[in-house]
Order: sequence, then C-alpha cells, then structure tokens
Amino acid sequence: MTIHRRAFLSASAAFVALAISPKPFAWADLDDEVAAAIRAAIDGRDVTEGGIDLDLPDIAANGASVPLGVIVESPMTADDHVRAIHVFATRNPSPGIGVFHLSPANGRAEVSTRIRLAEDQEVIVLAELSDGTLLRQSAFVEVSVGGCTT
Amino acid sequence: MSRPRVRLPRSASAGEVIEIRTLIDHPMITGLSSPEPRDMLERLEVRMNGEPVFTYDFDNGSSANPYHVFFVRIEETSDFSFVWTHEDGGEFSFEGQVSVG
Repeated sequence: MTIHRRAFLSASAAFVALAISPKPFAWADLDDEVAAAIRAAIDGRDVTEGGIDLDLPDIAANGASVPLGVIVESPMTADDHVRAIHVFATRNPSPGIGVFHLSPANGRAEVSTRIRLAEDQEVIVLAELSDGTLLRQSAFVEVSVGGCTT
Repeated sequence: MSRPRVRLPRSASAGEVIEIRTLIDHPMITGLSSPEPRDMLERLEVRMNGEPVFTYDFDNGSSANPYHVFFVRIEETSDFSFVWTHEDGGEFSFEGQVSVG
C-alpha cells in the first residue's frame, strides 16, 4: 500500500513538474522583430506555458477589430497579483498590440479590448506576475479581411 | 471626435468587484500603410481616488475607437478619472463617481 502510494505520488509529482515547468520559447517560428519585442518584455526570465485563458475568435471576419479577452488565474492580492499583460501580433506590420498594467485593486485579472490583425496569425500573450514569473499563452486567428489598412 | 464614453455603476456594495467599460472615438492611424499622418493615442490611465488602478499602453495593433473592459474592487464611495493621452501630448478625459453604502 505504502509503495503504491509513493509510486503514485512520485508519478503525479513528475507530471505536475512537466506541466508547469518553464519551457524554452519557440523562437524559431518567429520573425526577428517579433522575437525582439517579446525578448524585451521577457527580459531574461523563465516563461511558463499556460495559466492564461485567452478569448479570441478562431475566424475573424474583420481584422480591423478583433475582440480579445484575457483572464489570468490569480488571487489579485498584494502578495500575488498580475502586474502586466503584454499582447503581441506575429504577422502584423509591427509586433506590438498593447500592454495592460494591473494592480491588486482590480480584484480580478480579467480584461478585454479590440485588436488589429493584418492576416492569419498567432497572437501571443505574456502575463507578468508580482513575483516576476511570466506566463505565456497563444491562439491562432484566421482573418477573413485584414485589418492594418490604417 | 474623441468623445469618451464610460460605463460605470452608480452604486456598489463595499468589497464588490465592479466592471468598468470604456470607449473613445479615435481613428488610431498608425501611418504604416496609408498616406495619412500618424494619429495615435499612447495611453489610457484610470485612477480611483487619485491612485492608478488600470493603465493601457497602446501600440500599433490596437483597434480604432479603443474599447476596454476591466474590473476594480471598490471599498468606499470613490471618484474615478479616465485620461486618454495622445502621442502629441493632448488629453481626453472623463470623470465619474461610484457610491458605496
């Protein structure tokens, strides 16, 4: 019984470690300008996949105004909150979309806005926590009519 | 032109997390793919009783007529200010109050 329990615990510990450990960023797929913008935001820190609920349409009819919702799992307390949410486009004329700055006063790490997408592309979101941890999530959006005409 | 609109509840209970929606008419012209000169907002800063509670830094991928939704935990009757700053330094602002109690 003890052996079984220990085996189970070590197996689940390994699984958890695999699921939440920082992974190397997939730089190879990114344009230089996009990689540089993300690198500047990361500033040499480790990045953990997940922990962010990204709400983006699979298909955007109008790339000029694509609804984006971001929810980060966070208690939003003085000791443990989301400090910033960075949003990047990977196939726009320039990578920056915008940066949200939050504080414990928000009570909830949930924001929405509208973004421009010039063509089909992956949108990358980085959430910066109060202890310096970075979370990353991305989503691919198919764009019917591109939205960088202005 | 550039008329800000904010949806703020008139009242809330102490400790409630309220939703705030903002919208401002602005073309947000990047100047990257049109002959028109660049005309972009740089920042939206929201303060509750003078303290910053939400800031958004605009970059080229932000849509025209910027729209934002966010939340704030409110403990007492509070004055809110919303200031959109243009890259040229100009400002558009909105003020409102949420009463508690």
